[in-house]
Amino acid sequence: MSVHEQFAEDLALHALGVLQGEERIALEKHLEECAGCRREVEQLRGDMALMALSTTGPTPPRRARQRLLEAVAREPRRTATPAQRGWWTFVPWVVAAALGIGLVAVWLQNSDLQRRIAGLQNQSAQQLAELQRAREVVSTLTATDAMRVTLVAAKTPPQPQGKAIYVRDRSSLIFLASNFQPLPPQKAYELWLIPTNGAPIPAGVFKPDAHGSATVINPPLPKGVEAKAFAITVEPESGSSAPTMPILMIGAGE
Amino acid sequence: MAALYDRYSAVVYSVALRVLGDTGAAEDVLQEVFMQLWRNPGLFDSSRGSLGPWLAVIARHRAIDGLRKRRPETDIADVVVAVEPDMAGDAERARAMEKVRGTLGSMPAPQRQALEMAYFEGLSHSEISAKTGEPLGTIKTRIRTGLSALRKAFAA
Repeated sequence: MSVHEQFAEDLALHALGVLQGEERIALEKHLEECAGCRREVEQLRGDMALMALSTTGPTPPRRARQRLLEAVAREPRRTATPAQRGWWTFVPWVVAAALGIGLVAVWLQNSDLQRRIAGLQNQSAQQLAELQRAREVVSTLTATDAMRVTLVAAKTPPQPQGKAIYVRDRSSLIFLASNFQPLPPQKAYELWLIPTNGAPIPAGVFKPDAHGSATVINPPLPKGVEAKAFAITVEPESGSSAPTMPILMIGAGE
Repeated sequence: MAALYDRYSAVVYSVALRVLGDTGAAEDVLQEVFMQLWRNPGLFDSSRGSLGPWLAVIARHRAIDGLRKRRPETDIADVVVAVEPDMAGDAERARAMEKVRGTLGSMPAPQRQALEMAYFEGLSHSEISAKTGEPLGTIKTRIRTGLSALRKAFAA
């Protein structure tokens, strides 16, 4: 790499730190672009270092050494300057930052999961309570030792009575029978759902107990059938797919 | 730091003393140069030169700044010094010193004078020209060829 001859003398003055004014500005601009001349400045500084050797002789007083070591003991040491940091010196900070972000993400995720768990636990508790109430209702309705009382007008002899409660959207049906007459063996009562359109749909077979009571809860039914009425016939124990006449009891929706 | 001081303090102190002519001021430069190195060892890049010459150049810069009562003009992190020897050993330093003194002694007096005025007094070529009455260009050439002569002596 060669030195630009027009700058050769100014390079020596620049290395000595004595070049001033426009000449200095022009040379510094040139040095930014010229590696050869930058190298020459480094060489000229080497020449200056040799020049320093001509002064060698006097040695500093002992107190100067003590003064320096005391100053060193008082001051912390920096290990690097920002200008000389390599990219790798930032790795620990980047890793620490990533870990920090990761921890925050995990913490947020954990908080979210905790909230969801709390919500599910709350929902589960509500469902358990509802289930418990439903069980109690069903248990009361179906208990064999339950006292079933049908209230009628005074001085009226007890009559067979059936009460059907139907929710179309859930296809849920509860039927309560009371004062039903006993049936011969191999015979049973069958409940029918009479839809607004079409043939009667079987809605459960039942036999009354010794007190004439029976319960049918949620028999299998097609979904969403609009009921016009409910009816009861006597059928074989296994039930029928179509009612056998006569119809013993019938009732329309209120 | 004690080991570095023992090895290089003589070079740093002697150049500062030659420039400043005052032992107390030279001690201050000595203290300043080593404390800068202690506070920020990254200022010296060992891949780009030896520590001894670097310290000598920094000491000379700081001494000139002190002499001319000016703020430090040179960012020492930018100073790269390409030279051998390292000036670390006494014998090596003594041999180099003899060679430098011999080279300076063999120079024509006006050339040595111009070089020493620039180096030890921090005078610009204009100031040297004004003092000596020599043309600017002549002063420039003398300074440059003086430094070149030192380099050639060690390249031989």
